[in-house]
Amino acid sequence: MSTQLLSGPVSAEQVRKEILSIRSLTKTFDGTTNAVDQVTFDVFEGEIFGFLGPNGAGKSTTINMLTTILRPTAGDAVVCGHDLARDAAAVRRTIGVVPQESTADEDLTGLENVLLCADFYGIPRKISKPRAQELLDLVELSKEANRKVSTYSGGMKRRLELATGLVNRPQLLFLDEPTLGLDVQTRAAVWEYIRRLKDEFRMTLFMTTHYLDEADHLCDRIALIDRGKILKVGSPRELKESIGGDIVEVEVQDGSTDFSGPVSGIKHVLGVRRNGAEYRIKTEFGEETAPAVMEALRVAGAKVVRISITQPTLDQVYLEYTGRSIREEHAEANTKVPRRGRMFMGRMRR
Amino acid sequence: MATNDPDPPKTNNGVKMSAFEQQAALNLSPLHGLWALTNRELKRWYKAPIILLLSLIQPVIWLGLFGKAMNFGAIFTGGSFNIPGLSIPKSALDALASQMMQQSFGTSDYFSFLAVGMLSFISLFMAMQSGMSMVWDRRLGFLNKELSTPLARGAIPLGKVLSSILRGLVQAAIVLVIAVLLGLDASKVSVAGVLGTFAGLFLMVMGFSSLFVMLAVRSSNQDTQMMIVNLLNLPLLFASNAMFPAKFMPSWLQPIVQVNPVSYATDISRQLLLGSTGMASLTFDFAYLGGFAVALTVLGMVISWRFLSR
Repeated sequence: MSTQLLSGPVSAEQVRKEILSIRSLTKTFDGTTNAVDQVTFDVFEGEIFGFLGPNGAGKSTTINMLTTILRPTAGDAVVCGHDLARDAAAVRRTIGVVPQESTADEDLTGLENVLLCADFYGIPRKISKPRAQELLDLVELSKEANRKVSTYSGGMKRRLELATGLVNRPQLLFLDEPTLGLDVQTRAAVWEYIRRLKDEFRMTLFMTTHYLDEADHLCDRIALIDRGKILKVGSPRELKESIGGDIVEVEVQDGSTDFSGPVSGIKHVLGVRRNGAEYRIKTEFGEETAPAVMEALRVAGAKVVRISITQPTLDQVYLEYTGRSIREEHAEANTKVPRRGRMFMGRMRR
Repeated sequence: MATNDPDPPKTNNGVKMSAFEQQAALNLSPLHGLWALTNRELKRWYKAPIILLLSLIQPVIWLGLFGKAMNFGAIFTGGSFNIPGLSIPKSALDALASQMMQQSFGTSDYFSFLAVGMLSFISLFMAMQSGMSMVWDRRLGFLNKELSTPLARGAIPLGKVLSSILRGLVQAAIVLVIAVLLGLDASKVSVAGVLGTFAGLFLMVMGFSSLFVMLAVRSSNQDTQMMIVNLLNLPLLFASNAMFPAKFMPSWLQPIVQVNPVSYATDISRQLLLGSTGMASLTFDFAYLGGFAVALTVLGMVISWRFLSR
């Protein structure tokens, strides 16, 4: 990494340079369950890398290992050119972390929190003071800089975490659910800051999120993880193409009879999944399949109540690979935040 | 990098420093982080005078009520006290009482005796807070933030210990001033004596706060920590010479008093502030407390290191 830093600005052919290489990273708790199982992937310099998966899939555990909080059971990782196992101190200097929950000292002011964190990095006050002001300005907290964090709203605390995570000018910033539990406007605002900060400091972002629309719009590449294993890595477009074709969804009036047979015989149809009166038909050409499906169902004696054609979305990719809908995850994510926090603590203790 | 820095560090040819060069400008001394953490704890305290005030109320109540109410001296000097048949002059009785007090408590009034014990009391209670703040840091995620930065792992427990020591000594100083105002026998107090007293308290708080940080380093449950503190604080206080002379305690309790570091810190204070005859020599007192402080601090560092280094 240091050689590249000395060689000046990043050129076009260097863009695909790995900033994070993970090889067979594994974390076992209690010697039995693999919370993270043989995870292998690369993150390239300058990209926004999304880490998607259901609750308990191993996202936080992976991030905790990459940010040196947890020690891996097996496997290697090279973070910003530094070996995770051998040179954790160097890794810590080059990364920034924006955790899921607010970690600010609520008895101190916003400015004091940023300065305190700068002290952890050994940044002298003559550099950290103007930098803290600048970062607070960037996340629009300058007016509240001298107020105690205990008086901040949820969105303000999140923005303060962002400013704190950037105080050492990290090359790689880890964002763990940066917008979890925030309302739509605040979410949009937080992303606005993140994008601005990324452009400003030319960072690589590694983030987890529950919001698939965010992942779709923001991430250059995404890794899907479930039960500790990486299921798929690729750009949102690649992921969508990987599940193949369009989806025709049909709802019939009679949920007790199975009409899968006649439907699956239609040309271009790749597969049919039935859920009561609802059918999810995967096809190469949605527009051609839909009328044929209507006809086949009419012939079979079913009355179609509703039909829709959709191009694949990330939601469908998620469903395809994890077998669970992100909507369930949404609901869980929003109600189970405290429990997740505790679980995280519980793991920390080991 | 650093495109927006109002005053970016420059190299001598005026070019902005790269991250690599900026690294060299960092203050990587482990003391930098240690002081930042210590100052963080102290800031929460001196910026909230109400907390300081509240934590002083308890020892002041003990001093005022316990110290003044349990006037052991008055048992002998009470007006009508005499032995029937003998007509001992009042002056002889008073001299006898004073001598008895001097023999038992090392000073002619119980208030002075207790006031000095209070210095150990307040310092001990301050030391116990360090574990609680460790638990809170873990619960609130602050500890995780610390762990993802290059902060020296040892600075995390040491910051707690150092801030406990400073808070403990400041509070003890305030209690001492209040005690003098309330009538502590200050005839033998000297600057050297006060410094020696605080050196003893320093060692005691260092050892105890290391112990409590050590107990808290794996816990994320503040209730457990609270229980431990409550379980230990009064026994540590009563099984020492802070409230009552050890020599009048039952024989089974004596060995406990003899190993309790609170006894030695108090013994130092009594010898240096009141001129009492101690239960051990000053040299032994300091050696014992020094050994206690160093042993527990080293142990605390090792254990914290183990559990904080992932």
